[in-house]
Amino acid sequence: MSPLWMVRRIGFYVLITLVLAFFAVPMLWLASAPFDSKPGLGLRWPDWTFANVAATFEHPYALTSLVNSLVLCVVATVVTTVLAALAAYALSRVRIPGRDLLLYLLLLLSSVVTGTAAMVPIFVMMLQLGLINSQFGTALVIAGGMLPAAIFILKDFMDAVPRSYEESARVFGASPWQVLGHVVLPVARPGVATIFVWAFVNAWGNFLLPFLLMRDVGQQPAAVLLRTLYDEGGSANLTVIPVFSLLYSIPVVVLYLFVSKRYGFRFHGGIKS
Amino acid sequence: MDSSGLGVRRALGFVAPALVLIGVFLVFPALWTLYIGITNYQLTGPAAANPRIVGLDNVVEAVRDPLFTNSVWLTALFVLFSAVLGQNALGFGLAWLLRNVRPWLRRTVEGFVLLSWILPGTVVAYLWFAVLSRDTGTLGLLLGSPETAWLVQYPMTSLIIFNVWRGTAFSMLLYTSALAAVPPSQIETARLMGASGWQTVRDVVFPHIRGHVLTNTLLISLWTANDFTPFLLTAGGPNHQSEVLPVLIYRQALEGGQLGYASAMSMLLLVGNLAVALVYVRLLRRRA
Amino acid sequence: MRRTRMFGLLAVCGLLAGCLGQTQEGDKAQNADAKEITLTIVANAAAGGKNARGANWIQNWVIPKFTEQQKAKGVTATIKFEQNGAGDEDFKTKVALDLKTGGGGDIIEIDGIWLGEFAQAGQIKPLGDVVGNTDWDGWNQIPKAVQGLGEFDGKRYGVPMGTDGRVLFFNKKLFAQAGLPADWQPRSWQDVLDAGAKLKTLPGVTPIQLNAGTAMGEATTMQGVLPALVGAGKPIYENGKWQGDSAQLKDVLGLYQKVYGGGLGDPVLQQEAKGRDRSFTLFGENKIGILLESDYFWRSVVEPKNGVAKMADRDTAVGWALVPAKQAKAGVGGQDFVSMSGGGVRVINPNTNYPRQAWEFMQFLNSAEAVKESLAGAAQLTQRQDVNDEVLKGDPMLTFISEKVLPITRYRPGLADYPKVSAALQQATADVVAGKSPDEVATAYRAALIKAVGEGNVG
Repeated sequence: MSPLWMVRRIGFYVLITLVLAFFAVPMLWLASAPFDSKPGLGLRWPDWTFANVAATFEHPYALTSLVNSLVLCVVATVVTTVLAALAAYALSRVRIPGRDLLLYLLLLLSSVVTGTAAMVPIFVMMLQLGLINSQFGTALVIAGGMLPAAIFILKDFMDAVPRSYEESARVFGASPWQVLGHVVLPVARPGVATIFVWAFVNAWGNFLLPFLLMRDVGQQPAAVLLRTLYDEGGSANLTVIPVFSLLYSIPVVVLYLFVSKRYGFRFHGGIKS
Repeated sequence: MDSSGLGVRRALGFVAPALVLIGVFLVFPALWTLYIGITNYQLTGPAAANPRIVGLDNVVEAVRDPLFTNSVWLTALFVLFSAVLGQNALGFGLAWLLRNVRPWLRRTVEGFVLLSWILPGTVVAYLWFAVLSRDTGTLGLLLGSPETAWLVQYPMTSLIIFNVWRGTAFSMLLYTSALAAVPPSQIETARLMGASGWQTVRDVVFPHIRGHVLTNTLLISLWTANDFTPFLLTAGGPNHQSEVLPVLIYRQALEGGQLGYASAMSMLLLVGNLAVALVYVRLLRRRA
Repeated sequence: MRRTRMFGLLAVCGLLAGCLGQTQEGDKAQNADAKEITLTIVANAAAGGKNARGANWIQNWVIPKFTEQQKAKGVTATIKFEQNGAGDEDFKTKVALDLKTGGGGDIIEIDGIWLGEFAQAGQIKPLGDVVGNTDWDGWNQIPKAVQGLGEFDGKRYGVPMGTDGRVLFFNKKLFAQAGLPADWQPRSWQDVLDAGAKLKTLPGVTPIQLNAGTAMGEATTMQGVLPALVGAGKPIYENGKWQGDSAQLKDVLGLYQKVYGGGLGDPVLQQEAKGRDRSFTLFGENKIGILLESDYFWRSVVEPKNGVAKMADRDTAVGWALVPAKQAKAGVGGQDFVSMSGGGVRVINPNTNYPRQAWEFMQFLNSAEAVKESLAGAAQLTQRQDVNDEVLKGDPMLTFISEKVLPITRYRPGLADYPKVSAALQQATADVVAGKSPDEVATAYRAALIKAVGEGNVG
């Protein structure tokens, strides 16, 4: 028993190490290239310098673009999470005819709109609604694309919340809003937190919509700015790109750490079907 | 039935804001896109001034276009190997292996897996260039063959491995929670009866999490089929060898300005997604 | 649900009304005497990013100066600058969406090659139709060939913003090691291949970088196929027809086969998503012998201080030579040497509210003083002869372009079909690099071309 157990134990840790390496190794670039005097598209021990960092901070739009991204993504994410939670709760508790069909259809249509082919309709529509150059409008479009998947996932969380909780709350005279706020949401909290992070991450990386809809360079988010760090002939500006990539990644990582510490980041009893 | 006391009227009120937003910013442009798909609309040039309705010509042209069929095939490969097999298996494997390890190890592994999921796409593309590029790429250095240009010589394999890296987190999260719902006593019984790990998973665990497997597979398949990140890594190259459908559509729409044709292909992608979704729904029904 | 439908219906009505109402014919003299004007200039330039110099110039020099000049005339001018800095295709999409919906800046900077597409779509109009009288003393300073950049179908649409020229750059250090002269000037394709064969003896050196494949996009066409095609004696578009699988095209594909099949070029690099960047880096590291590029390479890539692949010893290490025709007198128009050029154009939006003032602003942007200021002390080929005479003096490479290359150069046909033809050419070179025979590839190219532009337009 014992030698076999040892072999299995060692095998287990070798496996875990390999998996960890698979996920960690690509990220080394983010640790080395920003501080390398000659950053390239490859990994090497850096020739340490902070000149790139200084150059990035001197870039006229680097920091504002991060702030813009925050505004845009917070709006899009809050709208998505709140509306999805409300809708998912209602859909989970009340049988509306054709509910599942509707959800699947919306999920499928969302793939059309997030694709490039929809850019003309979206652009013309936003122009008519007077929402060009509006961070709020852009955030709404992004939220609209994310909502179906968010509702789809959250509905499963809501389904998993035991109904007996609500029944007892109602016995004590709680209104539906109170039931949702004080009973259901706290139980489904990890799910809501997960959707929040998911929505934020998706909005954070969106390039095409903000690029077409936000006209003022001072208002454009980081995803757009990262694509503009090229010279006239289209060569990448590798002085600024690695540092900016790092800065651009920090908010999502911080958000994840915060949410995961505070609310737990897992599908806790979560998605079934 | 209505344990929450919500009532249909109030329930509709809860759903309405989301539906309005979806209706305006999603359903409407999506339907419009499908309409553009039956015209010869272009962004510039003579057809931009006077677009004509061409009916299903675009669809016929797409089906006959070797680039399109090539794309469909590549997309199917991409979804099958990176999502259905890769992310599913690795996600489940991680969830299974990490059940009983020390908390710090579990948190570390989960942390890295999740990090690869939440980093922005553009940044992730640079990270993988650093892994796969020629001469200085990490993989080449590790394997002692720096002259290999992985993204050029093995484009689809590279993309599949990349996407496994990118998307496993979702499956891992989902299966971790699913496994928590499997009664530990049953697993223990199986172990006492001398079942191997694989037998335990197949006979005891799987029946419990079948629904999770299907939901997970549906979502990651749809996301993978519509994923645009491959463009950032290979731009569809070399010579269309990694031109999955979203990349082909992007190139037709933006580089070619052929919006009618690109919209028609979007529609076909939608039909493909629909077919996949229907298969899953059927499988789910059979369970019930 | 009902609310959704209502909202949808309202949105549709609004949109239809908006789309139908967009064709308003601009009045050339409208607002000509306005005392308060607002003009927007749109460019694919951004401070701290793509074409930062152009962005800084507009922001810090053009806007204050022009506003001041107008103030002296009693006009309050507000000039807005819409910066971009994205990929060319992304920018083009944005401009096309703007023009399609009747919006957009008053003055728009576009690539000259898009002129035809926009014109055929009715998204831009001949300059005279937009602003009326286009008399301007500046025209005399812009060479006829360069003015052609802003013309389509014999009509003038805009004012060019400068031009460039393509030559063969070579690494003199590698040439010395391979026993080749520092003042190398090939007279035929064979001369280039012979030099490549000698460079091949150096370890770790790729002799020739001739852009190929689809990953490089337009760089393949402009720095590869088209210079070779004019060297073979026939431009891509002639007498209303696109060149099909002609003998000249087969010659060009044969040249690619000799380079990439004969071990003189690196076939893998052509297919990498960032292959062009990489070729620049390799040249800067003395690992590429000969490279066909425009003067941009000299100004911005190997430039010692700010280039993307800086070469501290650029002035002594980098040589240049005219691109030879296939052999003497075999080039287009019987030329011995050939080149291709491109450049940007500024156009006035037909929807502008202030056509006369936009034209005035355009003249200001193209005045000798403004053009010189836009260079910020650097040397570059501008649209104006008088400015070129002054600023190019200190730079032998750019003087060479101005004096030797511009007289023999050709421009691309700015037609809506051009991008499709260009894509077909890129595909053809990709196939040759992948190992197919030129004859086979030429046949496939012809088929692709017919599908793209119609049989009647293929010669």
